[in-house]
Amino acid sequence: MNDLQILEAVERYISGQMSSDERVYFEQLRKTDPEIDQLVVEHTFFMQQFDRFENTKKLKTRLNEVHIELAERNLIKSPKLKGKAKIVYLFNRYKKVTAIAASIAGITALTFSAMVWSVSPNNKNNADIKALNREISALKNQNSQQNREINNIKQNIPATINYTKGGTGFLIDEEGYIVTNAHIIENARNIAVQNAAGKDMTVNVVYVDVERDLAILKIADTSFMAQPIPFRIKKSSADIADHVYTLGYPRNDIVYGEGYLAAKTGYNGDTLTCQIAIAANPGNSGGPVLNRNGEVIGILSTKQTSADGVVFAIQSKYIHLALEELQNKDSTYKHLKIPSSTSLKGMEKTQQVKKISEYVYMVKVS
Amino acid sequence: MKTESKEILLLRGLADNDKKAIETIYKENYNIVQALIINNNGSSEDAKDIFQEAIIVLYEKVKTGTFTLNCQIRTYIYSVSKRLWLKKLMQQNRFSLTSEGHEETVQIEADVDDYEKKETEFKMMEKAVSGLGEPCKSLIEAFYVEKRNMQEIANSFGYTNADNAKNQKYKCLMRLKKLFFTQYKLDS
Repeated sequence: MNDLQILEAVERYISGQMSSDERVYFEQLRKTDPEIDQLVVEHTFFMQQFDRFENTKKLKTRLNEVHIELAERNLIKSPKLKGKAKIVYLFNRYKKVTAIAASIAGITALTFSAMVWSVSPNNKNNADIKALNREISALKNQNSQQNREINNIKQNIPATINYTKGGTGFLIDEEGYIVTNAHIIENARNIAVQNAAGKDMTVNVVYVDVERDLAILKIADTSFMAQPIPFRIKKSSADIADHVYTLGYPRNDIVYGEGYLAAKTGYNGDTLTCQIAIAANPGNSGGPVLNRNGEVIGILSTKQTSADGVVFAIQSKYIHLALEELQNKDSTYKHLKIPSSTSLKGMEKTQQVKKISEYVYMVKVS
Repeated sequence: MKTESKEILLLRGLADNDKKAIETIYKENYNIVQALIINNNGSSEDAKDIFQEAIIVLYEKVKTGTFTLNCQIRTYIYSVSKRLWLKKLMQQNRFSLTSEGHEETVQIEADVDDYEKKETEFKMMEKAVSGLGEPCKSLIEAFYVEKRNMQEIANSFGYTNADNAKNQKYKCLMRLKKLFFTQYKLDS
């Protein structure tokens, strides 16, 4: 016998399911084998404990149930439930009644419709159906004619817009304001953005600052749903050697890159930007540079062609400045607010990235 | 005589976890216990806890087959509640306890001690069961609490046959026992 079979035998012995012959044999075994005897004692004790646990658990639940009910019915002087707990109680209390009421309603409805059906006239139906058939084929003809016409019109419209250039941008306001590089949208005839799910949306340009290489776009598509932004855009500058990462669209899929802040200034000591050691490709432009807390510290903008892995990012404080400028110019943007708190701190990197990628868009230009 | 038999019926009902009986006991005794607790530095939440513990003490007693108390249910519950609350106050270093005429005339000390031992065991089993995880927990409950047979369990848990389910149940039971006995041995 293996352990499983022994235990099974012990359980049957304890619960008295053994035949008398078997029982005699088992008791003999118990006498001669102290290990089996020990197992019987131990298992009996354990099952007692387990049963008692289950019973006490049931009693405790019952007591709570009774308490709530008596309090609700004012039969004991205990404070009544409030809010959600009360709804749960009422639901549990009346669910039976509700179910019965619902089934009665259901049965009544069925009976009633059966009665209506049985007394309603059902000859003549065939003729009616035939007539309808003819009507449907008439509609069909009309429909195909319309289709043909629509096709004709379609052929006269120029083909869909071919976007030739691209970059990256990310949301800075939950109403659909996207920040990106000004150089991406330079000389653009059409601009659209595409989200992580691959959906295209049209945008309007609301702000361009060629000097700082910053632009703000507004998603014009009505299907855009406002969502609170989980990351903060830092006003202060980051520290050298801080680990940073970026998300962008150098190709049709979002791409993650990792690096560190190499210098607080950019090319030739430019104070507008900072230098980052990261692998970046055309298309990464306009992408957010984030630190480990999920705070945006800059926008990827240019790359030094003479050296590999040397990339410059516009410091994030200039996003704040750009928005301030825009608001001073046009008071309709006064209500825009750059997110100042982050809900990503302490979150695992993969989770952070997953969350952020929903807010990073591909900017497409033709 | 008449009240006595009524009381015995209530106690039997309590032993069987009968809702009507529990409701009656609850309704007839809760307010005086709550008054006791609230007049002695307690809240209505405390009252609820203490009262329910007292009922469990009584339940443990009747579970052993003792349906004759040497006093009325009311006196018993009151005495036990008072004892339990006094203990709690002592743990929190808030001693004073004034009673309201119901003087403690019954010996409940042993019952309360017994209850406390069982409550520790309850907590151990609770911890063991919650440490078991799924699907073990549901598997054990299906077999030992709901008393469903192996074939049924195999079907609803998606095991290919009853033997597989049995094997799995065996492993789960071994784990549960191990979890329980490790604590039990640590404590004693």
